[in-house]
Amino acid sequence: MGKSDSTSQLVDGLGLFSLGLGTAQLLAPGAVNRLVGADDHAMSRAVMRWLGGAREFAAGVGIESRRRADLWLWARVAGDMLDLSMLGAVLASPRRDPVRRSRAAIAAAAVVGVTVADVVAATRVSRNGAQNGEAGKAMSSVDAKAGVTVNRPVNEVFAYWQNFENLPQFMAYLQSVEPLGGGRSRWRATGPAGVEFGWEAEVTDEHINEFIAWQSVGDATVENTGRVEFRPAPGNRGTEVRVHLTYRPPAGKLGHTVAKLFGEAPDQQIRDDLRRFKQVVETGEVVRSEGTPEGSKARRQLFQRPAQPVTS
Amino acid sequence: MRANTWMGKTHVEVQNVPDPKILNSHDAIVKISSTAICGSDLHLYNGFIPTMRKGDILGHEFMGEVVETGSSVRKLKVGDRVVVPFPIACGHCSACQRGLTSVCQNSNPNAGMAEKIMGRSPSGIFGYSHMLGGFAGGQAEYARVPFADIGPIKIEDGIPDEQVLFLSDILPTGYMGADMCDITPGDVVAVWGAGPVGQFAIASALLLGAERVIAIDRFPYRLEMAKEKAGATDLINYEEVSVLETLEDLTAGRGPDACIDAVGMESHIDVGPLHAYDRAKQMVRAETDRPHALREAIMACANGGVVSVIGVYGGFVDKFPMGPFMNRSLRMRTGQCHVHRYMAPLLERIRAGQIDPSFVITHQMSLEDAPRGYQMFRDKKDNCEKIVLSP
Repeated sequence: MGKSDSTSQLVDGLGLFSLGLGTAQLLAPGAVNRLVGADDHAMSRAVMRWLGGAREFAAGVGIESRRRADLWLWARVAGDMLDLSMLGAVLASPRRDPVRRSRAAIAAAAVVGVTVADVVAATRVSRNGAQNGEAGKAMSSVDAKAGVTVNRPVNEVFAYWQNFENLPQFMAYLQSVEPLGGGRSRWRATGPAGVEFGWEAEVTDEHINEFIAWQSVGDATVENTGRVEFRPAPGNRGTEVRVHLTYRPPAGKLGHTVAKLFGEAPDQQIRDDLRRFKQVVETGEVVRSEGTPEGSKARRQLFQRPAQPVTS
Repeated sequence: MRANTWMGKTHVEVQNVPDPKILNSHDAIVKISSTAICGSDLHLYNGFIPTMRKGDILGHEFMGEVVETGSSVRKLKVGDRVVVPFPIACGHCSACQRGLTSVCQNSNPNAGMAEKIMGRSPSGIFGYSHMLGGFAGGQAEYARVPFADIGPIKIEDGIPDEQVLFLSDILPTGYMGADMCDITPGDVVAVWGAGPVGQFAIASALLLGAERVIAIDRFPYRLEMAKEKAGATDLINYEEVSVLETLEDLTAGRGPDACIDAVGMESHIDVGPLHAYDRAKQMVRAETDRPHALREAIMACANGGVVSVIGVYGGFVDKFPMGPFMNRSLRMRTGQCHVHRYMAPLLERIRAGQIDPSFVITHQMSLEDAPRGYQMFRDKKDNCEKIVLSP
């Protein structure tokens, strides 16, 4: 989703605040009435409970669920306006005693503060949402980095990666890489739900046993660049491999698909790819289990088949 | 084929499932002749291990005959009789080459899952949740064994199953528990837990030269076995006497030179509420407070001694006595057993008559009776110590 940490914390705080206040209003509307200096009788309690508490609690749930948090946050702003007008009525009435007026004033000040927070959060989340394609525009690029140590000498590990035809053996989404000569190659990938897409890439820089850098060329569906570095691991532990990939997913549905592949946890995806790379280089194959018999295609770790042999 | 599958909390069922297939060229398929229920299977049974799925085949202690091999298998042939170690090890990563096979870097296809909980993934294990690989287990008629040239040990003679089956897990585990104590002549070793692993830890400590080995448990039949069969020199029933006071008396104030925790979390992943030291003494009588064995072992251990932890733990422990541990120069040695490095030496000891592991077996039944076996084992009915199943 691309939210920064501080925005995320603010949204979380407001969500929890809503849940807490909503609970208080639902369960003890009389106490809340007295606290803010409003009239406390059966009618005002009902209002506090249903117009106040239920709304507040629902907003809290909506925000914490993180689905369209921006809408719930704007709903909070609308609710703040309602609260301010109610408190304004308390303050404006000349018949209120000083204790109640001061309580209402304090409550109003608090609501103003919360309103500011709500507006800030709502605008930030809306803006982030637009940036991340919820408004259908192009997404910002995805960065994925990971490292692995392979128990083989540098030249062996380098040579394996240098032959791009080997990459589909351990990269989960890659179907094939076809060399075209002159450092160029044709890559084909399959996304979730079988969506196929491809691109042409060229090697932009390379130092034997040190690094390889490549990038997609021309009109790639998914612009991407990659760089893999090789370094002897200390103490004869083999080779340290560090990979850095970037993707710029296109707009629209395909972009959403690609982002789902990597967007949620791009580092995790590359980490798993590198784990399979290590398995292939060290043992010859990607390790399979009954729970994940697909080997390198094993993408969904959470929803595995039972650990039983597969049928024919 | 028939297989014992996990169907939910305290619910296992023997069902018809497909026969295993070769999935990797280094695989072998083994027709299982004997298999057992492990104490750690009870964590799965009691629903405390996450990432289980209905239909997962359980079991990680098994042996049998090779009936099929993958194209890259060189050492094993069809017809070979083998015992299979419970951790799956590739043999080629740096961990395997250092002998640390239970933390093999390549054998868990779901390593990403394990990382989230453990920080880094250990090796894959047969029949022990998807977090540890999602491998079908050995409480079945057949099992697929990955890296067949690395794990299984060949049994060339006609020695009965009961004497070698436990090379798969509990015998090496008990032995490693004692091995990690760095026993020197004259040492006093205390072992918490007289289940099968504890029994083998006791026997191994004596084989490795301990002068006194003290068994701690609350079931008289288990303490009896520890003395009569495993050779324990002293017994402590913690429901009758204070463990710490008795150990002080037995060692004239020094404390045992090494303490083995063969209890682990047993029924719980997380420790319950915090307890004051005095209340903890009383709580040790209650069955659910297994984590207290570790705390007690630390408090009892001689200064400069070793606390050897082979009981299985899953998560985090509250109120760990770090102050006592640090200030008294204790060492902790722990890990899931690196079975591979112990199998051959222990097979030799069995052949030489130094130990007959079959002494822990109290019940033998058909694989079809596995559900009854799990209940019996968990509830320690009928003086149950170890159950062997025949498919």
